[in-house]
Amino acid sequence: MIIIPAFNEEGAVGDVVREVRQVVPDAPVIVLDDCSVDSTRWVAKAAGAHVVSVPHHLGLGGCVQTGYKLAFELGYDYVVRIDGDGQHDPAYIPLILETLRSSDCDMVIGSRFVDGAGGTHTNSSRAIGIWLFRLILRPILGKTVHDPTSGFVGVKRSALAIFSMSFPLEYPEIEALVVLQRKRFRFTEVPCRMRRRKAGRSSITASKSLYYIVHVLLGVFVNVLRFEGRRRRP
Amino acid sequence: MERILNLLTLFALAMFIVTLTALRRAHIRVEYSVSWLAAAVFLFILSRSHTTLAWLTASLGLSDPVLALIIMVFCVFLVVFYRFSIIISHLKDSNIAMAQRVAILEYQIDSLHEQQSK
Repeated sequence: MIIIPAFNEEGAVGDVVREVRQVVPDAPVIVLDDCSVDSTRWVAKAAGAHVVSVPHHLGLGGCVQTGYKLAFELGYDYVVRIDGDGQHDPAYIPLILETLRSSDCDMVIGSRFVDGAGGTHTNSSRAIGIWLFRLILRPILGKTVHDPTSGFVGVKRSALAIFSMSFPLEYPEIEALVVLQRKRFRFTEVPCRMRRRKAGRSSITASKSLYYIVHVLLGVFVNVLRFEGRRRRP
Repeated sequence: MERILNLLTLFALAMFIVTLTALRRAHIRVEYSVSWLAAAVFLFILSRSHTTLAWLTASLGLSDPVLALIIMVFCVFLVVFYRFSIIISHLKDSNIAMAQRVAILEYQIDSLHEQQSK
């Protein structure tokens, strides 16, 4: 299953859905509409996607978790999440799926910073943030994750089981890595090209950047300190 | 000093009455009114019982009962706010889980309708 979280992405989501359907025609494409006030829902439907609309704005994490819950309940083994703004190139979905199938990793991250990746299109402030998180996560995760903020990820059913029960609500990418690491799950990165967003604006504006950093750092440390601790993988 | 204590007494009584009125009008649920009623009773006792206030001032190692009073009022409200933060967090979690369930069920109903109409 391919899930596409979208909030006010009427300008981009249609093209994303069409591209995804071309690349993986057999996979169901679900657009998770986070209570958009524009015509995201109808544009996605017209492009051939199924649409799940949450009744009120949940934020990215809550929206993505809805997709994970749905996929888990419907019995899917692999789910790929791709953003609705067109930044992620759907041409890399088969690579993520193939890596999920052929490796023992529970999560595969599409990374713009590993060897073989194409364009990055990251502004300098975001690049500094990524560098900072990479540095902080290195001792926690036990290895370097080059692109910890990437939302282009594929997960196996084992990770779906975890995420459908517990998933960070805001800015989920980095915290999700820590959640998986605490459960002794494995993840890897594959090179992916990132493009410029086709329309709309990023939810992380300059003024929100500091809040983003503090929020994510707090979330990371809370997950590290959580009582449920380091359970062995099932 | 006496004026501040009288003001605190009035404030505690007002808080008690306002909470009871809100309860009677069903603006506040019983389980959430307990914190406010307990806070009002505590502040009332503190403002009327000079021996309790003197004991608290000595226990805190302060020389000024007014300062002890301010610290206690601050602590009471801190505890109440903390309790409500926990309640709000639980409510937000349940609210999100419910919204997700509604969205998934709506999707499944739509899918069934689509299958039936084919």
